[in-house]
Amino acid sequence: MAIPKVMGTEIEYGITVKNDRDFDPISSCVLLVNAYREERAARILWDYDQENPLADARGFQVDGEKYTPNQQENIARNKTLENGARYYVDHAHPEYSCPEVTNPRDLVIHEKAGERIVEISRREACALLPEGMQMLIHKNNSDHKGNSYGSHENYLMDRRTSFKQIVEHMMPFFVSRQVYAGAGKVGSENRAPRCDYQLSQRADFFETEVALDTMVKRPIINTRDEPHADREKYRRLHVIVGDANMSEYTIWLRQGTTALVLSMIEDGAVSRDLSLRDPVRAIKEVSHDPGLQQTVELQNGKRLTAVQLQAEYLDLAQRYAAGRQLEPWYGETLTEWATTLAALERDPMELADRIDWVIKKVMIERFMERKGVDWESAQVQMMDLQYHDIRPDKGLYHLLERQGQVRRIVTDAETIRAISEPPEDTRAYFRGHCLKRYGDQVFGVNWDSISFGVGDEPIKRVLMAEPLKGSKAHVAELLQRSKDAAELVRNLRA
Amino acid sequence: MSESQQKQKTGGGEGGESNTSGEGAKKLAKKGEALKEEMDSLMDEIDEVLEENAEEFVKNYVQRGGQ
Repeated sequence: MAIPKVMGTEIEYGITVKNDRDFDPISSCVLLVNAYREERAARILWDYDQENPLADARGFQVDGEKYTPNQQENIARNKTLENGARYYVDHAHPEYSCPEVTNPRDLVIHEKAGERIVEISRREACALLPEGMQMLIHKNNSDHKGNSYGSHENYLMDRRTSFKQIVEHMMPFFVSRQVYAGAGKVGSENRAPRCDYQLSQRADFFETEVALDTMVKRPIINTRDEPHADREKYRRLHVIVGDANMSEYTIWLRQGTTALVLSMIEDGAVSRDLSLRDPVRAIKEVSHDPGLQQTVELQNGKRLTAVQLQAEYLDLAQRYAAGRQLEPWYGETLTEWATTLAALERDPMELADRIDWVIKKVMIERFMERKGVDWESAQVQMMDLQYHDIRPDKGLYHLLERQGQVRRIVTDAETIRAISEPPEDTRAYFRGHCLKRYGDQVFGVNWDSISFGVGDEPIKRVLMAEPLKGSKAHVAELLQRSKDAAELVRNLRA
Repeated sequence: MSESQQKQKTGGGEGGESNTSGEGAKKLAKKGEALKEEMDSLMDEIDEVLEENAEEFVKNYVQRGGQ
């Protein structure tokens, strides 16, 4: 039986300051993240003791220096928020890791709440800049000059499922998923062949099939083995191949289909061999053909389009779901996945209100027609960037949303609430509410632990190795009757 | 297409109008006009919000590689 697909995303945002000749991304990130005023987050450490980004899922430990900042730097770069998220500086980008959720709809709510949090801090940071300067943030993955940054998805997996199985069955899925999960990009980069427009922001950057790296020679499947949970029972699939999506529907469908296929792998239900002869080549070929006619070669010599490959997974998924008791979101995902693939077969432009790469393409083509400009024009390239601008009054995705031209999945009220409230059905509830209630006594936090400094006593670390424990149902009463952290720790021991 | 055909059928059935196809065509034309207006208003708004110095902005937009 597949385990619940606890999930979350980590989004690295693009950052720039207009009219700043000496623009330094790192200090701008620190300014941004610290401009977000959630009082208690101001002096809580991120607990690096629990981190091990150099463990490889194929079973070995990679040599390298683990990053551990000093205390002051740690606090300046890391904020743990009351909604259970982590908001921090990663290399030269601001990054928002949403709290753990249990379904695609909650994921949309929390990823979108993250955009709002970054926007709130952007406005605060702008007020601190010299006159004439303005900080801009883009939820995208590339500067169109060969530099890319990631939007990663994480899915909880059963440790008993072999990593080899995951690689075998997810590779063709990830290569083809971009037909509905791509965020769209004008032009190509990183030595990829020239094109006007492609499905994915990221496809040009994948150079190998499977590896631990995320920064150079990026792999389609990342092997980082850092479950942030009981490592005897779980793994966390760290997906680096995706784009930063703006459309709620696209985010929702991307999460749902991926989680569904992962559940199928755990239950041994991917019974067809869809292995590709050359996935690295295929991912670019698919991305570079918005007409969706390009076929890719399978190991068995057959050739399929990306939409046909996805249809194979959909067919397997429909068989898998028949006669099984599954969470309601599985059924909703199946319905929308089928609708989307059918539309992609007929005419992708039917999805101009819901799939990012189509929304962006249709908008740009209408603009080009009206202005008599082509794909090379600076205005068109600007539109590609500004689609991802997180400012509600200037971002082009936001403009379409305001005009009611894109399909919504969640309400504004839900995302606004998620700025300060954690999900109720995962350990993020415990993390968030510990910050709310005992913030002054919280010393450090990581995904699977929280430690308290109570008076002169040694630091007490509470481990949270089960992502589904620490939910409201588990701990609301415990938190209620623990008036401070010392009492909480006592009650936990009792 | 199918939507307008359906509307025509319903129109004919309900009111027994003699000139249903003419009505349908008018409706379609109206819908087309509304769509065009919507698109015009979108393009006007894009004109308003699009970064003025697009060329310079695009040129200067350089990010460090991330994950």
